[in-house]
Amino acid sequence: MELSRLPGFLLRRGVKAAIVVLAIVVCNFFLIHAAPGDPASVIAGQSGAADERFLAQLREQFGLDKPLYVQLWIYLKGVLTLDLGFSHRQQIPVWTLIADRLPATLLLTGAAFVLAVGAGVTLGTLAARRVGSWADSIITVIALTFYATPLFWVGLMLVLFFSVWLEWLPSFGMATVGVELHGIDAVLDVGKHLILPAATLGLFYLAVYARLTRATMLEVADQDFVKTARAKGVPEGQVVRRHVLRNALLPVITFAGIQAGQLIGGSILVETVFAWPGIGRLAFDALLARDYAVLLGVFFCTSVMVVLFNLVTDLLYAVVDPRVEVQG
Amino acid sequence: MMDFWRRFSRNRGAVVGLAILLLVFAVAAFASVLFPGSPWDMATAPFVPPGEEGMLLGSDSLGRDVAAGIAHGSRISLMVGAVSTVATLCIGVSLGAISGYVGGWVDDAVMRFTEFFQTIPSFVFAILLVAIFTPTITSVVFAIAVVSWPPVARVVRAEFLSLRSREFVQAAEVLGKSRLSIVVTDILPNALSPIVVLSSLMVASAILLESALSFLGLGDPNLMTWGFLIGSGRSVIRIAWWMSVFPGLAIFITVLALNLVGEGLSDALNPRLARQRGGAA
Repeated sequence: MELSRLPGFLLRRGVKAAIVVLAIVVCNFFLIHAAPGDPASVIAGQSGAADERFLAQLREQFGLDKPLYVQLWIYLKGVLTLDLGFSHRQQIPVWTLIADRLPATLLLTGAAFVLAVGAGVTLGTLAARRVGSWADSIITVIALTFYATPLFWVGLMLVLFFSVWLEWLPSFGMATVGVELHGIDAVLDVGKHLILPAATLGLFYLAVYARLTRATMLEVADQDFVKTARAKGVPEGQVVRRHVLRNALLPVITFAGIQAGQLIGGSILVETVFAWPGIGRLAFDALLARDYAVLLGVFFCTSVMVVLFNLVTDLLYAVVDPRVEVQG
Repeated sequence: MMDFWRRFSRNRGAVVGLAILLLVFAVAAFASVLFPGSPWDMATAPFVPPGEEGMLLGSDSLGRDVAAGIAHGSRISLMVGAVSTVATLCIGVSLGAISGYVGGWVDDAVMRFTEFFQTIPSFVFAILLVAIFTPTITSVVFAIAVVSWPPVARVVRAEFLSLRSREFVQAAEVLGKSRLSIVVTDILPNALSPIVVLSSLMVASAILLESALSFLGLGDPNLMTWGFLIGSGRSVIRIAWWMSVFPGLAIFITVLALNLVGEGLSDALNPRLARQRGGAA
């Protein structure tokens, strides 16, 4: 794409993303109203005494006596200023809770993503170069296994094997409890805790990316420009890297965008299994306490993360592939 | 039919998958004969390892038989898989059919709607729905259907787009058939094979989704499920590994069988595609 057309493209995508976020907010608002018990009676229940007058006063205080569209407007304004509501169980604003946990989740999903793409593309490339080789069989086995295995169960089995039986790696948390570590030791400690959760989350997508890379590489390898490159006498390694792999990676980028939401959903399960202190674990705790405000906040934040990630992949795609259509 | 079976059985994995699936069905059907009594009842001492005291797969923290739990749980898993797939198909096929047949701005609107559901993190949304509408078997099925329909709608739309301008549809239109009857009796039967292949995969993913929800404690509290068994074994994994290993294997075997059958169906129903893939697949 010509660089001069980039701002317009960005603007259109930005507007589209904004509409999606807006729809999520509206969806959230109606889910709050579908939740059992209106917020006023929940607060009243927690403060102990609750007569009708106190309830009415609470409703007025929180604007619950206003018509639905006014409430929706108030809610929208709140979300735009990052006011995601208040967790009455923990007595902390929801956004503070989430912001506190966000780095841990980003670290986990980021590590899993890098593992999945890195190892997946490598395996897929090897498999495509020699159809029917060992890399091919590994991909088939991994894919068949991980398509059929519940993510949380993989996590538990890794705990059983590496923490309980072999005692190699820690099975829960993000850092060793009760030890003060500094500098490089602290980083290594977190790294050790990261291995099992990231592997659990990454292994499934590794198979997906490996399969995709293999398929697209085989497709591209058949095309004329690759034959031309070979006929010109370009060394085989360079043909694979510069001609085939580069073109085969485009669908991988698209797919990464589509998968972002599932990666985050998976992190809820993985964080629950490994007691990883991220927003997934936060969601699980909120689930047990039926703390709907926090649950809705987590849903909103994860959705926004997916939308942002999709924007980045769109942009990346447009920059990497000059042929891409900028319309729509 | 014979032709179908010949093509299906050429894929050896699919035949194995079908055999495993029939076995799972048998266990589900005969669960109360194999393990009479409620799976919630105490059968022996807590934490009996597999193979001891007549417990094939060991007992859990309350002395319940893990094997009985798995056998009774298979009913719920298969049922949830089947019912939520039917619900998913209802939503996905109707929206896809409308989108593909009517076209124009309706198509645009439906596709935007589909994209929205594909963008939001579906598992988080499913958790939210079940939590808010309180965990019952109905809300679990509902939540699974709400987050699973977009791929169905896309496939059905694509089929309808390519079929609606074909001659037999034009003929039906000229004959003055109503739109609804054209969609149901002319186009839909011709679009059936990708839907069939997709549904076998939908059952598999619904079983996985249900197990994940009940693992998080969002299952129906009155029903024994595989995910619940794994969830209750999680905190005692250091003492009783069998509590989480065996139910997980049950899920793995069932879902693997369904995926294999799905691949076989795809080979049998799309012979052209199967030949293209050649021996490598």
